[in-house]
Amino acid sequence: MAAPKKSAAKEIAQDKAGGASPSNVPPFTKEQELGAFREMLLIRRFEEKAGQLYGMGAIGGFCHLYIGQEAVVVGMQMALRDGDQVITGYRDHGHMLACGMEANGVMAELTGRRGGYSKGKGGSMHMFSLEKNFFGGHGIVGAQVSLGTGIAFANRYRGDGRVCLAYFGDGASNQGQVYESFNMAELWKLPVIYVIENNRYAMGTSVTRSSAQTDFSKRGVSFNIPGEQVDGMDVRAVKAAGDKAVAHCRAGNGPFILEMQTYRYRGHSMSDPAKYRSREEVDKVRNDQDPIEQVRKRLLALDMTEDDLKSIDAEVRKIVNESADFAQHDPEPDPSELYTDVYR
Amino acid sequence: MPIQVLMPALSPTMEKGNLSKWLKKEGDQVKSGDVIAEIETDKATMEVEAADEGTLGKILIPEGTNDVAVNTPIATILGDGETAADADKAAEPAAQNKSSQSAPPAAAPEAAEAKSAPAPAQHAPEAPTVSAAADPDIPSGTEMATITIREALRDAMAEEMRRDPDVFVMGEEVAEYQGAYKVTQGLLQEFGDRRVIDTPITEHGFAGVGVGAAMAGLKPIVEFMTFNFAMQAIDQIINSAAKTLYMSGGQLGCSIVFRGPNGAAARVAAQHSQDYSAWYSQIPGLKVVAPYSAADAKGLLKAAIRDPNPVIFLEHEMLYGQSGEVPKLDDYVIPIGKARIVREGSDVTLISWSHGMTYTLKAADELAKDGIKAEVIDLRTLRPLDTETIIASVKKTGRAVTVEEGWQQNGVGAELSARIMEHAFDYLDAPVTRVSGKDVPMPYAANLEKLALPSVAEVVEAAKAVCYR
Repeated sequence: MAAPKKSAAKEIAQDKAGGASPSNVPPFTKEQELGAFREMLLIRRFEEKAGQLYGMGAIGGFCHLYIGQEAVVVGMQMALRDGDQVITGYRDHGHMLACGMEANGVMAELTGRRGGYSKGKGGSMHMFSLEKNFFGGHGIVGAQVSLGTGIAFANRYRGDGRVCLAYFGDGASNQGQVYESFNMAELWKLPVIYVIENNRYAMGTSVTRSSAQTDFSKRGVSFNIPGEQVDGMDVRAVKAAGDKAVAHCRAGNGPFILEMQTYRYRGHSMSDPAKYRSREEVDKVRNDQDPIEQVRKRLLALDMTEDDLKSIDAEVRKIVNESADFAQHDPEPDPSELYTDVYR
Repeated sequence: MPIQVLMPALSPTMEKGNLSKWLKKEGDQVKSGDVIAEIETDKATMEVEAADEGTLGKILIPEGTNDVAVNTPIATILGDGETAADADKAAEPAAQNKSSQSAPPAAAPEAAEAKSAPAPAQHAPEAPTVSAAADPDIPSGTEMATITIREALRDAMAEEMRRDPDVFVMGEEVAEYQGAYKVTQGLLQEFGDRRVIDTPITEHGFAGVGVGAAMAGLKPIVEFMTFNFAMQAIDQIINSAAKTLYMSGGQLGCSIVFRGPNGAAARVAAQHSQDYSAWYSQIPGLKVVAPYSAADAKGLLKAAIRDPNPVIFLEHEMLYGQSGEVPKLDDYVIPIGKARIVREGSDVTLISWSHGMTYTLKAADELAKDGIKAEVIDLRTLRPLDTETIIASVKKTGRAVTVEEGWQQNGVGAELSARIMEHAFDYLDAPVTRVSGKDVPMPYAANLEKLALPSVAEVVEAAKAVCYR
């Protein structure tokens, strides 16, 4: 269909080059900076390793990497408290690590081994941890939005003060059930935060080619759901927005929408030819707005040295390498597992 | 030790590719995430990123090389203090070298191949057999109440809601309107609007909300005004409700009942008349119940609400007003999965469920007049299917007729026929015969609608045919 050409996807957070600190973002303490740095680095290294293992044929099927978007889950997780729930779509490795799930269990699920979070039966897109209140890992685009709304329904039914984060992308934002869920969530004042991870591409289709309204924070307007656009490359901005949205939900005011303006460096999945965007576009975001680099610069500007940060990197690499080792040596599920877990 | 960069696979099926371009040269500094090369296959191109920090030591495969096997070392990255000489050493016994990945690279393609074509000796383990418990004993002298199926269903929900505060009902018009078919009559008054929830007309959305609430531990009863409208919600029912327990390795279950009228009502035409028995009963992870009598409606719905799995509870609009005797017991629960022999006989087995039973029972009466003693089985549960009861009956009678309102192709009757053939072939004296809805969308005109549905005459005719009478 011939639509008028819109300008190329707009710059995300145009004025924030190289981690310059805009005045309206509340600063982190050193502990917070360090925590965020370590968590984001863990996700990045984990995903790089997963990409390698996929390249080696150790991981099958689909594998969607989270590289570039780390600040979103890490910042949002900092805004939660124990008991709050998280649910997301298929690009879920980062969410799981941010929820505190073990790298070993996640990596072993990617390789389809018995020590994986789903005993090897779910794979990359389908992992869960009731203990960490992580409700998946869902492979049908948009399904997690209704499910997350249902989890929030349970929170309100019980009156337990919990909040559910339902993550989805700019692509899923065009699914019908998203709006069915928005309607019910506002109607019943459900404590759910819709975190739209706008990484500018739904697989290979840019937001300008797929969305009539590209300001995703406005997608709840016709349901009276407040929304905000957030610099999803700055973990502090994410945390601040998360705090605000959580407070709104916790106070019984109903749902909140956060559009996280972020970017995925890698392809949609491992087998993405990436013909729909230029290398320059990717490099520009990477060089100017990388979420980890921003924190690194701030840490160095405090009293941290390169060596301090290198030792964090080494510690993170160790965890990741061990998980890769575990994931390749843990046995496949026993054949007797074929028929288990179909029914309770 | 220098780290080897291996030729990556773009997909699990890729075996080789072309190294089209080096973007870094020997001696360049690289860090994690830097694109160092481009590779391509006939389907796609891909960028190779460095996963480690260091100096690009040696390029082992020059750009422009075609058909480079996956997992071949293509370059080395030197760490602090390492030299090109180390890189040479690393490159030598290529396949044996310790790369940053721990599996032996050369072995990987074979391993992948082996996985895609498993050794022929490996068989799937036996599927577990299910055998359901028998119906509860009704103590002699138990008073029986004659109530409609509509009331039986309502009583089941009300009793379970009194028993368990996590049980709630949601759906279109279930609360203030008292149910589109008055099945939820009085529930709002007793339980309030926290537990009896009118939803917007939004089947896909509220089915998902129900499943999410169930994943979080509640026990929703989701009413569909009719199962025809549940087609909008079927993704959440199958992909989310039925599959999540398995996909989570048993962690995350979903105790939820989807209920409502299924199949043809009267004169409502094709979009409002479909029988979904076959659709839902194909899905592992779901249980599917479709009662005919008032007592079964009550006892099975109570079991469905207590079941820790997702249950599809198929009612029938034409049966809501039918009355039957229901035992006046405090807790009358009928186990899911057991068929009922409604009428004993020795000449032919007639198998049906839900509204199909109305034709079947009348046909059995007709057949009796002609001296044919039909055994009538009410399946009650379509998944898990009570094969045992069916096979035992067919072994006795040697003949079987299935009766369903749904379509024949891939229908429940087709499944019953196959199971009878598999388990009782030597006992059959005639081919299994299916009576079913005709292979057309349901017509509106009264005469055509009647023709499209099974009839007593068709059941009688089929039964006589298999008895060679």
